Amino acid sequence: MPPDELAATPPRSSAGRRLATFLYGHPRLQLGLLLAAPMGWLVLAYLGSLAVLFLAAFWRLDPFTATVVHDLGFDNFRTLWNTDVYRRIALRTIGIAAAVTLTDAILAFPIAYYMARVASRRVRGLLLVAILMPLWSSYLVKVYAWRTMLQEGGVVNWALDPIGLKGPGFGNVATWLVFSYLWLPFMILPVYAGLERIPSSLIEASGDLGAKAGRTFREIVLPLAFPAVVAGSIFTFSLTLGDYITPQLVSNNQFVGNVVYDNVGVANNLPFAAAFATVPVVVMIAYLLIARRLGAFESL
Amino acid sequence: MVESLFARIALRVASVLTLAFIYLPLLVIALYAFNDGRTQAWPIDGLTLKWFGKALDNPGARDALFTSLKAGLGATALALLLGSLAAFAVQRYRFFGRETVSFLVILPIALPGIVTGMALNATFRTVFEPFGVGLGLFTVIVGHATFCIVVVYNNVVARLRRLSRSIEEASMDLGADTWQTFRNVTLPAIRTALLAGGLLAFALSFDEIIVTNFTAGDQQTLPLWIFTNLSRPNQLPIVNVVAVLVVLLSAIPVYIAQRLTQEPTSVAAPAAAAAGAKQ
Repeated sequence: MPPDELAATPPRSSAGRRLATFLYGHPRLQLGLLLAAPMGWLVLAYLGSLAVLFLAAFWRLDPFTATVVHDLGFDNFRTLWNTDVYRRIALRTIGIAAAVTLTDAILAFPIAYYMARVASRRVRGLLLVAILMPLWSSYLVKVYAWRTMLQEGGVVNWALDPIGLKGPGFGNVATWLVFSYLWLPFMILPVYAGLERIPSSLIEASGDLGAKAGRTFREIVLPLAFPAVVAGSIFTFSLTLGDYITPQLVSNNQFVGNVVYDNVGVANNLPFAAAFATVPVVVMIAYLLIARRLGAFESL
Repeated sequence: MVESLFARIALRVASVLTLAFIYLPLLVIALYAFNDGRTQAWPIDGLTLKWFGKALDNPGARDALFTSLKAGLGATALALLLGSLAAFAVQRYRFFGRETVSFLVILPIALPGIVTGMALNATFRTVFEPFGVGLGLFTVIVGHATFCIVVVYNNVVARLRRLSRSIEEASMDLGADTWQTFRNVTLPAIRTALLAGGLLAFALSFDEIIVTNFTAGDQQTLPLWIFTNLSRPNQLPIVNVVAVLVVLLSAIPVYIAQRLTQEPTSVAAPAAAAAGAKQ
């Protein structure tokens, strides 16, 4: 029923009112107006940029004139595949991303379990805020803090010295450590959400049927929480693959991101940068497809 | 409670250790900001406030702070507009491709940052530069807005889902038109969600560096200023102070946003992002 008929006082008749009435009768137009700006931006500008970038991976840089030649070909990918350095960089990036994901899954589990099943309501709320705050803030400061702590006269060496140990210094171990630190909150939250959804009755039933704590954990909790761990791993994996700041600050080793960045900026070789950037994207797409099979999307 | 006493104690200890692991590095850098000495060695020499004054007097750091504030506010405004438009469309209408909208909104934050940065860099340079708009504050705002849309979108969608349509229908039945209903009924109901989304967008923008580095041109945001000054040992005491400032300015909005919504899942947009296809 049109609202006007029910109005106690005669409605104002203004341009705004007429427009409102007109829109009321045309829901498709309303939808179009709502979607035009955000989708216009995301599809035209963002997806468009991604498409051009993907296309650029098949262009090549003329080595003599240093200009981009718009012929399609697989030159960049051949260079990538045949050059030892690039293969090693890609493998290092993927390897450390995998190690970081595994580390975070192990580190996240106890606190997520505590939040989901042991802590009181109040403590749980406090812990959630405590984990959300560093998730959203101060990425660079955290890397910088670790750089300061890991250097020769830093906190880590100072703390390890009395027990006769030495910190890892800068290198792959430092990169792994800092990445694990950075993305840990991204793993804790999904795992917490996943554990919270496990009905207590299942765990009690397992105990009633005679299973010890360890067996209940292995056969009830772990399988039910696994999709949530996979969901968290999407972030730990993707964020590591796309980073170039951390490797630069705490190691001398290059990641895919560093090569890409140098090729966009210093070398001005966009086609090659684009080609190398497809490596993390392809890895991520494969990862997401596997994650979907493992039920990670339904688990959140 | 099924867990044994021993298990509960062990879990509590592990949780405390994990929290310590998360917060200790931030505490260390905060202590360095008060360090009396010039070097970054540990333990620190003594406590002083002198670097705070020096940091305030540093023109580079001050300019970078203003650039960051402008970029953050601009990106937040754009993200609020685009994110809530998309949220209303998805939550209020049934249409073909509805799930694609959620996916598209999440994509800029789900893809590796370097890909988003590079794609935007190439587009800005080929599309904007012929019109005389080089890389600078404007491109930073546009780039940040692209990946900030998702946090506003997630917060508004979550709120709209719980908001019953009947109160809007009641308003219309009582004679209010679409605009009056929006202003007097819908907007007050989603106000805190907008505020929370906006605060998160600001926090996200304020300390972003990966995409910023590709879109800033010769502009320096605060994270970029820190990054370029890391290699200058003389500047490190000031960098420490600026670092503490960045932590506070990006953590406080997150804290307020969390208080406002009490819906941890909507603040944890990345976590919700994985569920994006489900919307």
